[in-house]
Order: sequence, then C-alpha cells, then structure tokens
Amino acid sequence: MPNSIVSLQHVEKWYGNNHVVKDMNLEIQEGEFLTLLGPSGCGKTTTLRMIAGFEDASSGSILVQGERVEDKEPFQRDVNTVFQNYSLFPHMTVFDNVAYGPTIRKMPKEEIREKVMEMLALVQMDGYEKRKPDALSGGQKQRVAIARALINNPRVLLLDEPLGALDLKLRKQMQVELKRLQKKLGITFVYVTHDQEEAMTMSDRIAVMRNGVIDQLGSPVEVYERPRTKFVADFIGESNVIDGTVESVDGQTIVVKTAGGTVTTVGEGFAAGDPICLSIRPEFLEVSKTPVAGFDMPARIKDFIYAGSVVRTSIDLVGGQEIKLSRFEMDSSLSEGEAVYVWWDPAKSVAIHVEKAAEEVAE
Amino acid sequence: MTANAPALKKKRHNRMPMLAQAGPVSIWMILFVTIPMLFIIYISFMSRGTFGGVEYTPTTESYATLMDATYFKVILKSLEVALITTGACLLLGYPFAYYIARKPPEVASKLITLLMIPFWTNSLMRLNAWMLLFQTNGPVNNFLQAIGLTEAPITFIYTPGLVLLGLITNFLPFAVLPMYSSIEKLQKSLLEASADLGATPRTTFLKVTLPLTFPGIFSAIILTFIPALGTYTVTDMLGGGKVLYIGNIIKNQFGAIRNWPLGAALSVLLLVITALLIFLYTRFAKIDDLEVL
Ligand SMILES: Nc1ncnc2c1ncn2[C@@H]1O[C@H](COP(=O)(O)OP(=O)(O)O)[C@@H](O)[C@H]1O
Ligand SMILES: [Mg+2]
Repeated sequence: MPNSIVSLQHVEKWYGNNHVVKDMNLEIQEGEFLTLLGPSGCGKTTTLRMIAGFEDASSGSILVQGERVEDKEPFQRDVNTVFQNYSLFPHMTVFDNVAYGPTIRKMPKEEIREKVMEMLALVQMDGYEKRKPDALSGGQKQRVAIARALINNPRVLLLDEPLGALDLKLRKQMQVELKRLQKKLGITFVYVTHDQEEAMTMSDRIAVMRNGVIDQLGSPVEVYERPRTKFVADFIGESNVIDGTVESVDGQTIVVKTAGGTVTTVGEGFAAGDPICLSIRPEFLEVSKTPVAGFDMPARIKDFIYAGSVVRTSIDLVGGQEIKLSRFEMDSSLSEGEAVYVWWDPAKSVAIHVEKAAEEVAE
Repeated sequence: MTANAPALKKKRHNRMPMLAQAGPVSIWMILFVTIPMLFIIYISFMSRGTFGGVEYTPTTESYATLMDATYFKVILKSLEVALITTGACLLLGYPFAYYIARKPPEVASKLITLLMIPFWTNSLMRLNAWMLLFQTNGPVNNFLQAIGLTEAPITFIYTPGLVLLGLITNFLPFAVLPMYSSIEKLQKSLLEASADLGATPRTTFLKVTLPLTFPGIFSAIILTFIPALGTYTVTDMLGGGKVLYIGNIIKNQFGAIRNWPLGAALSVLLLVITALLIFLYTRFAKIDDLEVL
C-alpha cells in the first residue's frame, strides 16, 4: 500500500483475558479523514492509543509512513493526539501550552512566538494567549488542544472524541470547523467517536467497529446505504431491521418469509432456506390501504410523532415488531389504529447475510 | 491580567459561607492556639524572675540575648540540621511517594499504612531502638565487623550522623504523605500529552510533574522543616545533648534553667520562621492548594 500513512496489520490487544482488539487490519490513506465509529467499549480508544504509542499491541504490527513503530516511544512518533479531556497543562498559559512542542524541540524563541500566534489565529483563539486553561470554556480548551497538537506539523492527528464534552450546538459548529481545518491543512485525521451523525458529517471514510472488530469500512454513503451487517444497519442512522428466512430465489429476486408476512425483494448470493435480515430506512418505507403486489405485510398504524421537520409514524406488524416510517409531511389520509399494507421499492432495502455477518466477526 | 479578575472574585464569593461555617472551629482555634501563642509572645517581652518564672516588667532583653554569639550559633546550627533533614526527606520521600502513587489504590493504602506504623509507635521506644541498633556491640557494628568492613567497632551513638538519621526517619512519613497526595492527583493524561508532544520522560518530569506536584513538596517542606527545627527528643537522645539545638534550649529554658522569657523568645523565633515559610508558600502557590497541608 504505497499511499497508506498508517497501517495496522493483524493487530491484537488483550487486557488480561479481555480481547479488546481482534485481528485488526486497516490502511489509513494520506490526507484522509478516517473515523473509528462504534459503541462505547468497542476498542476505539485502545486502537488510537496503540497508534500513538501509549499502549503496546499484544501482537501484529503498526506502521506509520511505512515504518514499524513498535519500538518507538510516544515522544519519538510523528503523530500527535488531541485528548478527550483536553489535557492542557494547568500550570501554563495558553501560549506556553501551544509552545510546548516547539520549545522542547529547541526552536528559536522568535520563531516559536510567530508559530504560536499563527496557530492561535488558525483556531480563532488569538488574544487568549495569557490566559490559564482554568479561565477557558470547554470549546476554547478544545481549540487550544488542537493548536497545541497542530503546531508540531504532525503527519497524522489522532483525535479521541474531541467534541464529546461540548453541548450540541457548539459540537455541530466545531464539527464543521474541524473538517475545514483538516481540508485546509491536508493532515490525516484519525477521529474516534461513538456519534454516528458526527461520523457521517465529517468523515471521508468510516470504520464501524464492534467488539474489537471492524464490521465495515467505507464512505459515509456506503455504510449508510449498503450496510454489510445487521449491526451496521442498526448503528448507522435509523433503520428498520426485519429478520426472516429466504423462501425462494429467482436470480436477484428473493422471496423472504418474516414474522410479519412475506415480501419479495432483491438480494445477492442467497439460497432458499438462508437466514436473512432486511434493512429498510424509515424514509423509504411505504404504506398503502390496499395490498401491493409482492408484499403480503398487513399492519396497523400505531401513532404519529412530530419530530421537528419530520413526522414519524410507528407501525405494528403482525407478530409484534414495531417499525418506523418517516416523512417530511403528514399523510392526512391515515389515522391512528388504521389497518394498512406495508411495502417498499425492493431496490431501496438491503438484504444482509446473517451467517456471513457472524463469520466476519469470528474470522 | 484582566481576564483573571472575574475568576478571583468568584472564588472570594465562595469563601464567605465557608468562613461562616468555620465559626466553632474559629473559637476552638482562638482558645487553644491563638491565646497560648499571644501569651508566649507576651512573656518573651518580660523579665526573668530571680528564682525563675516571670517578672512582669517589660524588656527586650531576651531578644538581645538571642543575638549573642552562642545562641546565634545554635540557631544557625539548628537551621542547618533542619535544612539537611528536610532536603533528605524530600530526596528520599519524593521517589517513594511517586512509587506509591502509581500503584493501584489497594496496594497504595497498604504501603501508606506500612509507612505510618513507626509514626504510631512511641517515639522514645523508636529512639531507643536506634540506640540499640547502633551501640558499640549492636547488630550494625557486629554486621560491619562480620563482613570485614571494619576491624574495631565504630562509634555511632551521640554523633551528628546518628542524629540526622534519627531526624530523617522520624520526619520521612510527614514528607511522603503530602507529596503522595499531590502526585496521586496528577492526571496521567497530562504526562501522556507531554510525551505526545515530544518530551522525553526527563523533560516531562521537569516541566509537568514537578511543577504540578509543587504544593505537595512545599507542604512536605513545612511539615518537616518546622518540627525538625524545634525537636528536642531526637537530638537529646541520639545526640546525647552534646550539640545544642534550638529545641533543646527552649526545653532547658522552660525546664531546668527556668528562664521562661528567653524560652519564649526562642519559640517566637520559630513562629516567625514558620509564618515566613507559609507566607512564601501562599505567595508562590495558589491558596486553594493549601488543602494538602
Ligand atoms: N487499561 C485498561 N486495562 C484493562 N482494560 C481496559 C483498559 N483500557 C480499556 N480497557 C477495556 O477495553 C475495552 C475497550 O475499551 P476502549 O478502547 O476504551 O473502548 P472505546 O474507546 O471504544 O469506548 C473495554 O472493555 C475496556 O474496559
Ligand atoms: Mg473511548
């Protein structure tokens, strides 16, 4: 891989008997914004800390710019980290915090001053250089932490849930700013978050992690539109995930029997009898008052919920599963408790191999 | 500078209810600390009674006596010994405190208990134990002779070296505890951030660990230097009273010699030194950090 700036090869991490990272393989491209996304405890931080050098991998190798880094201490690695809790030095001013890296590398004083000012301007913190971290808000601390890392011209910047402690509005604003900054500087960002919306907004590629394994690696559009596992379908955005069994196959057309009824949809590589899982986004779900060809899924409207710009409709399927439909406008012809027929454009649903997903995890 | 002003103001606001709550404590402090202290200061400006005790005619005679070469030498000697004791306690105590602080909490609390056991035993017993260990036919001399390091027994008893050893071991726990509490509070991620920015472990220690644990170091200084300056049990027993220190003199003036005003003047000197140290501390460290004291 000539272009990958960070490369994880068969990386494993054990904490005692706890297998935290399992045979991870990941090629991070120069200049990309890559996000490790997954629920809390899935091993994101551990992965990042192994790249930074704060943790040793139990086995496998990590390469930065084609060089193995196992034997390099954190201070010898050409990567910098932005910590979740900011970790600014409380006894130093903003200026001294940002100047920390260059001072250690014995850069001339005048040059340091110039660079610090440039960095503070970049993160819009000019004028705050004499303050102590105590006298800054969360968002301001985060900007300083970013400046303190970026001043070292790292090839790779590692960010561990850097916006996790900020309120929603500030977080949205910082997401945009960080993304712009990354584009402008062309530095590779490896970003950790458990917030799928954040990952979708900022990333070039997302590695969706579960239990120490990357379930799927792809662009935000790919993981949203083509989830490869049930977990990804569930975790990324909202989705209706319906379990079933393939009844018959005719080319790409498959008939799936579920607890809520039988549907005809499309899927590749299935054989009759295979367990299957269908993922259909709420915005693609349709209801009709009369049966639709290919779908035998009678249901009942449960209720409507107005959520800002969209209306969410809950629908009860036969067998008890509740699914969701969302629209920008309410369909006034429907009423609560009404009997309807559920259907969707077969091209809009994703058929997921259940056993295959299980195999991927075990691999 | 202006940026800090609101923060300071806020702190002062928070302090008011705390002072109010401290009411009973203040009464206690006034009764048992302030009044005796004022009394000592008062006595130090009085005359010595003919048969000991105090004659209530004001004079600065006691303070003039302190300037006397003999007493001045004692004061200097005491300062020197207290300084060496404090230095040794810091140098020995800091790595130890660091070591404990980096252990898991269960292990750390056990180590702290071990450290405190000598402190809970009677100090006379402890000092006698040192005497037994180091006497002419004691285990230390026997051991040194057995491994052939020395032919004849070495005299340890009543030497300045043994006094120092006694002082250092006596005050080490007081140095370790505040430093431990400071180091334990130090966030590990700050050390990681320092390494991440390219600092070697040595640089990280000098630029991050040391400044951030300074409150603990200063508390350790106060907790060892001041008692070491005033002690008399250790110096009396292990030094055999051969060399006099401030503490011995204070004890003698209040005791055998019965020159209370001079003893009081010496006590006031100790008080002034203590106050000076605490003043320096509050100037250089934030008031909030005093909590470790
Ligand atoms: N230092 C450690 N010692 C033991 N277990 C750890 C340590 N750090 C993390 N773990 C465990 O490893 C797993 C993954 O943790 P982490 O990488 O922090 O997850 P994430 O960042 O995705 O929330 C968790 O089960 C956690 O308890
Ligand atoms: Mg984490």
